[in-house]
Amino acid sequence: MIRHLLSGADLDADTATQILDTAAEMATVAGREVKKLPALRGRTVVNLFYEDSTRTRISFEAAAKRLSADVINFSAKGSSVTKGESLKDTALTLQAMGADAVVVRHPASGAPHRLANWVDGSVVNAGDGTHEHPTQALLDAYTMRARLGRLAGLHVAIVGDVLHSRVARSNVLLLSTLGAKVTLVGPPTLIPVDWAARAGAAPAVTDAGPAAGSHPGTDVCYDLDAVLPGVDVVMMLRVQRERMNDSYFPSAREYARRYGLDGPRMRRLPEHAIVMHPGPMNRGMEITPEVADSPRSTIVEQVANGVSVRMAVLYLLLGGNNR
Amino acid sequence: MTAYLIKNVSVVGGAPTDLLIRDGVVAATGSGLTAPDAAVIDGTGLVALPGLVDLHTHLREPGREDAETVESGSRAAALGGYTAVCAMANTSPVADTAGVVEQVWRLGRQAGLVDVQPIGAVTVGLAGERLAELGAMADSAARVRIFSDDGHCVADPKLMRRALEYVKAFDGIIAQHAEEPRLTEGAQMHEGEVSTRLGLTGWPAVAEEAIIARDVLLAEHVGSRLHVCHVSTAGSVEVLRQAKARGVRVTAEVTPHHLLLTDEVVGGRGELASPALSPDWSPTASYDPVFKVNPPLRTGTDVAALRAALAEGVIDIVATDHAPHAVEDKECEWAYARPGMLGLETALSIALDVLGPQWDLIADRMSRTPARIAGLDGHGLDPAPGAPANLTLVDPAARRVIEPTELASRSRNTPYARMTLPGRIVATFLRGEPTVLDGKAVK
Amino acid sequence: MACPPAAHPSPERQPSVKVILASADVQRVVDRIAHQILEKTQGAADTVLLGIPTRGAPLARRLAARISTFEDVDVPVGVLDITLYRDDLRRHATRAVGPTQLPPGGIDGKRVVLVDDVLFSGRTVRAALDALNDVGRPASVQLAVLVDRGHRELPIRADYVGKNIPTALAESVKVTLVETDGADEVRLCGGTR
Repeated sequence: MIRHLLSGADLDADTATQILDTAAEMATVAGREVKKLPALRGRTVVNLFYEDSTRTRISFEAAAKRLSADVINFSAKGSSVTKGESLKDTALTLQAMGADAVVVRHPASGAPHRLANWVDGSVVNAGDGTHEHPTQALLDAYTMRARLGRLAGLHVAIVGDVLHSRVARSNVLLLSTLGAKVTLVGPPTLIPVDWAARAGAAPAVTDAGPAAGSHPGTDVCYDLDAVLPGVDVVMMLRVQRERMNDSYFPSAREYARRYGLDGPRMRRLPEHAIVMHPGPMNRGMEITPEVADSPRSTIVEQVANGVSVRMAVLYLLLGGNNR
Repeated sequence: MTAYLIKNVSVVGGAPTDLLIRDGVVAATGSGLTAPDAAVIDGTGLVALPGLVDLHTHLREPGREDAETVESGSRAAALGGYTAVCAMANTSPVADTAGVVEQVWRLGRQAGLVDVQPIGAVTVGLAGERLAELGAMADSAARVRIFSDDGHCVADPKLMRRALEYVKAFDGIIAQHAEEPRLTEGAQMHEGEVSTRLGLTGWPAVAEEAIIARDVLLAEHVGSRLHVCHVSTAGSVEVLRQAKARGVRVTAEVTPHHLLLTDEVVGGRGELASPALSPDWSPTASYDPVFKVNPPLRTGTDVAALRAALAEGVIDIVATDHAPHAVEDKECEWAYARPGMLGLETALSIALDVLGPQWDLIADRMSRTPARIAGLDGHGLDPAPGAPANLTLVDPAARRVIEPTELASRSRNTPYARMTLPGRIVATFLRGEPTVLDGKAVK
Repeated sequence: MACPPAAHPSPERQPSVKVILASADVQRVVDRIAHQILEKTQGAADTVLLGIPTRGAPLARRLAARISTFEDVDVPVGVLDITLYRDDLRRHATRAVGPTQLPPGGIDGKRVVLVDDVLFSGRTVRAALDALNDVGRPASVQLAVLVDRGHRELPIRADYVGKNIPTALAESVKVTLVETDGADEVRLCGGTR
């Protein structure tokens, strides 16, 4: 059993599948009158958030509480941290408080990895800089599996600011581990250089399992319209408006025209295809309200599934003696 | 002053001979020397090199004495076989006036372990806006000849041109930190597969190559000397090769770490560029800021090109970019960590790994040429009768495991922790006085 | 708890393995429990059988099948996974969570008969009672087990017992069923008899 969940690369196919299966059981709890399980009674989960992210924090909080863990919310904004306490000193404090798990959101890529060196408990990456957000990828995979019945063989387009997206990185890793094919779509300025090298290359379809660090099932396309008719899932990424001022693309209008998902584009998708978004959405920028509110959209389900998946992760990390 | 008689030592790789050191100079060489008043050192199996000269050292004083002082850095240098180091200007206050460079120069004299030659800032406060008083620093007691904004690039082409031209009046040289700032905003590591995987903002090779290309053209245009700090990419090597072929007066340095480590270590993986060296070594964790440095560690292809360029002479010298940092500046998130690595006490080992026991080449890349670039009279001279006794004795057969706590630097940020490195400095002499004996600092 | 097959005792220093119930015995015992349930529940009215994984689940289905054969009543059957309610979670590596499947009519107001293979310390049943409490409110709860081997650590008893087997603590009782293991058998292993 894994000790920390820092990256989508920490999960092999068996472990990832076990998390999704466990999440399916956890989901039944949401439908019961007593939405609580005693499995983590007496365990302490700290939510250490260095960035405001109410949605992610309450999702983890609900997950921990449904498993009867004690939850401590440590909002590092406006606490001693802004007075200059180092991450290491904070880690030692949490350690002294007996944290069994630390759920960390941090603006610096790799901060959860650093934290894992300094605490005995499990570390769960709840989003680090422009690196990864593995529980988001798990809940996305869960949502796809729930809607489409499988993951192996699915073709998923991830559209938008891939360069700065932790959601995209984790999804690329996890989806290739689980046998889905990913096409990254966006303006060349927002596709990481080494992935962009694959643009225009023949789609890399291979039977070989994904090796660490390479994703044989991942390719790149700059033309959204060319991709849409052949995908099962289209995942729209949030585009920060400030990217506009840094010459990644000329204007919001041009971005929306080339890479936004609107009604006519949605109708080019296969009948069964679904539309995902990790939220929060820029309606009118990367997605129009017509699409966001359509039956193809899984955006609300994704939020509900987030709690189940995070329950599964916390249970698998903390539910036994895994030392 | 004690005299020293070194018996059976190989001078820069030559046949074993004896070396007599007296009154600050090499008094005699030859077999079977005797000197009843001299302390005898058995040099069997050792190699005598001209004292090493580092063109790129951060001593942190004044300003960050918790990380390093002129004295502690000098001691680290002596233990690494150095007899002279050039102290970079990015102190606090910045070494951009005659007052600060003289202070550093005097502290170096007081410590008396190596000659500390201050480097002056090119621009006031390293801000890249106005020229510092370069002439005043040149005329000061410190006799500054190298000017550098290291840590920052002199990015403005007009300012760079003026600086290159201005220092011709006193045979000065501009040492450029080649980094196009607009291409490296927020950069954290080499831009490539690993930076994509780790989600760290990339520092593209082209940001270095573009500045070097511009600067060699500027130097050519105004007929000035240019020195390029810490060259890190294969593309930079090609730019330099072409410039040198055209006769541009450009010299270049490479750091030990860029000769050995690749960007893969940032992700907690990766082997050394020289697999025979410490084959069991691997990083213990990912995102360990001990590997954060500017310019960043590059790919294996770059490292191979740098090793070849150093041997070939396209890159002229090894310079350490010894950059001590306090623990709290490294035990933190990658993005918040300061860039830089220790280098003085390990540089010769890496050079030995890259160049092998080609002692003439090592003496050239680590002593003669840097002394010539810096204009340091009395350094970079092979031990021969009449030459100042600035030399170091190396045991090439020794192997040592690097333990950060055993280093003389005040800081611990060595990237070579737990590696087994070849070669050991047995003794170092500065003008005939030992600064290191039996591998230990004398004071 | 590995238990060597009874048919091939190791030649030297034999760990004792004894067959307590052979295949035909297991079927007879299941039949008897089915009859007892019918008798004690007035024809299995308002009764739900919930098997505790792993082997309680097929046992519950067999009981329902036998009850149907004997009296032509369909007793709803479900599965109650108790993993998340165990009191020894921290003593082992994380256990996989299994599915809980309640019959379509639910369990509220019903008589629930929990079904398990072996009753030992009573801790599993304690966990099952807690789990039951969180999924509904039955009118009453009963317990049916194939084997009661004693050594209770909690005040729990079974309403229906296939066979009482006096055991030493060092011994283990191993139940195999066709559905899960390929054959019906109850063996007593280990100890020094």
